[in-house]
Amino acid sequence: MAVIRDLNKDKMDVVEGSYAVAHSVKVCKPNVISAYPITPQTHIVEDLSQFIADGEIPNCEYINVESEFSALSALVGSSAVGARCYSATTSQGLELMHEVLFNVSGMRLPIVMTIANRAVSAPINIWNDQQDSISQRDTGWIQLYAEDLQEASDMHAQAYKIAEDKDVMLPVMACMDGFILSHVYEPLVLLEQDLVDEYLPPYEPEYKLDPKNPMTFGSFADPECYTEFRYLQQKAMDNALGKVEEAANDFYKTFGRYYGGLIDEYETEDAEIILMAMGSVIGTIKETIDKLRAKGVKVGLLKVRAFRPFPVEAIRNAIKNAKVVVAIDKNISLGLNEGALFTETKASLYNTSIDVPVIGRMIGHGGRDIPLSTIEKIIDDAVNVMKSGISVESQYADLKEELL
Amino acid sequence: MKEIRIHGRGGQGSVTAAELLAVAAFEDGQFSQAFPAFGVERRGAPVQAFTRISDVPIRLRSQVYEPDYVIVQDPTLLEVVDVVKGAKDTGVIIINSEFDPEEFDLKTNAKVMTVNATKVALDIIGRPIVNTVLLGAFAGATGEIKPDSIVRAVKERFPGKIGDKNAEALIEAYNQIRGDA
Amino acid sequence: MMSIRVGGVCDPGSTRINKTGGWRTFRPVYDYDKCVKCKLCELLCPDMSVLEREDGYFQFDYDFCKGCGICANECPKGAISMVLEEK
Repeated sequence: MAVIRDLNKDKMDVVEGSYAVAHSVKVCKPNVISAYPITPQTHIVEDLSQFIADGEIPNCEYINVESEFSALSALVGSSAVGARCYSATTSQGLELMHEVLFNVSGMRLPIVMTIANRAVSAPINIWNDQQDSISQRDTGWIQLYAEDLQEASDMHAQAYKIAEDKDVMLPVMACMDGFILSHVYEPLVLLEQDLVDEYLPPYEPEYKLDPKNPMTFGSFADPECYTEFRYLQQKAMDNALGKVEEAANDFYKTFGRYYGGLIDEYETEDAEIILMAMGSVIGTIKETIDKLRAKGVKVGLLKVRAFRPFPVEAIRNAIKNAKVVVAIDKNISLGLNEGALFTETKASLYNTSIDVPVIGRMIGHGGRDIPLSTIEKIIDDAVNVMKSGISVESQYADLKEELL
Repeated sequence: MKEIRIHGRGGQGSVTAAELLAVAAFEDGQFSQAFPAFGVERRGAPVQAFTRISDVPIRLRSQVYEPDYVIVQDPTLLEVVDVVKGAKDTGVIIINSEFDPEEFDLKTNAKVMTVNATKVALDIIGRPIVNTVLLGAFAGATGEIKPDSIVRAVKERFPGKIGDKNAEALIEAYNQIRGDA
Repeated sequence: MMSIRVGGVCDPGSTRINKTGGWRTFRPVYDYDKCVKCKLCELLCPDMSVLEREDGYFQFDYDFCKGCGICANECPKGAISMVLEEK
């Protein structure tokens, strides 16, 4: 099933991305929102504070805190008492949360947090890439990446559905490219309250902090049982693979919109070249594919929606018949010179019978614009791999040599 | 798809203009997209904002490199920014200026049109805020969007008297745009 | 064995079950003739192992007293002595 949209203009509004997300959070009826401002997510929590001030989110506490560390810590307690919790952050703010991210996932608290993806300092840079959330890939949070506003907006209902599933109980980062999506105005169907009520049941935790029925949360685990805690977290991630698909399918049944589950495919059926990517660059890649298909280049796209849990099987199936695969990354693992999608895709194919050359191309770091020409250049590289094998396995595709 | 680039200075409402254009285009029955050239915003610094208008949903996320239309909010920008960069030969450059288009010697094959938006704004709104005024000029110069749609978008964004004044001013600019249409 | 609940949530009060007094080497003992019920021992005990009796004197909870000796050291009347445990 490919992307299915509702293009009925009567149902659509032209709004800013941040507003669309704030609206989605509102209709998911959170009980606690913690907020600390950092560009480019600030508009989201500003809009939410306005909703609260206007009395549009009943039974919800809005907590101003003094740092991102506190923002997430406040939600740890709130989620433990059974509240549906929300926050948003980006970049240095997310990195400051690092320690608490582990606490949330280890305590199995189904918090949903929007990440308006942004580069990480130094050097100071407020523009988009995905280094911030990718750097948190091992913290036990589910990570979903949105292609456009409609998906980013709808993703929040799916995120709560996945997070609060009894077989999952893991926090979710709903990632949307900062500025490119958070600050764009485009038409979309704002998440419908009546349908959300149908799709997303109220959060009813199996255990919660309650003075009348005391329980211990965040307990100590000695070497006798720590491994088993981690094992169970991984098990929950395994369960999430199916639940991400299920949440997308159920969403389609209720709302009539679909963007893929763990992955989505575009023009891959007969594709010799398959590009893999996450986030807002997907749209530009689709444009490029249409342009090159018209010239006879058999190129397709594998959109990775879920980076955690990493959809190993789905990726294997999608690329097994390609002649070359290019993983496109808005992040770099310094010291390895590879983006995470590239590294993990390669790893997914090792020890299998799939023998497809994979190359990695890093683009769009620190907000560098990604015009069609950058994608075309990457596809040229892929064509060369088909002709004469891999010459450069991983590199920046938009490096300015003249600045070096 | 039509691509529009708006040049202004921080604080002049270029981003708002791009957004209102997107809203108006959508009211007109088209798909649209608007976004700023994200920068470290400072009042007075040159800024850019972009709008795309299309019959089909817009997927492209890059900045605009070959605009069909360029709107220049402040003529002093001509000295510091290459406002016609990449403009299509068939395009239109709309400049807020008291001078006629012939007075400008820009290195472009695109058509240059002018409107004294500052005067219109001062006369009608009473303040030199030209962003909405230039949207009226855009409608007059290009025919891409109905002036009524822009009026609706402006009034929705600025309810009450401010919206009314802006609407009146943009219609005036719609009628005043100079240059061979 | 009990299996791990989601997130390791467990019932409260598990420290009541784990009696920690066993590692004590010296046990505190009151001399009630010297005690003036000043409550300093109760206040300073880090393990809440000084319990008030109905008559206003105190007694030690040897299930949890680790024998740190703070009470004996701080007692203004020298009413607490530390006696070697016979194990």
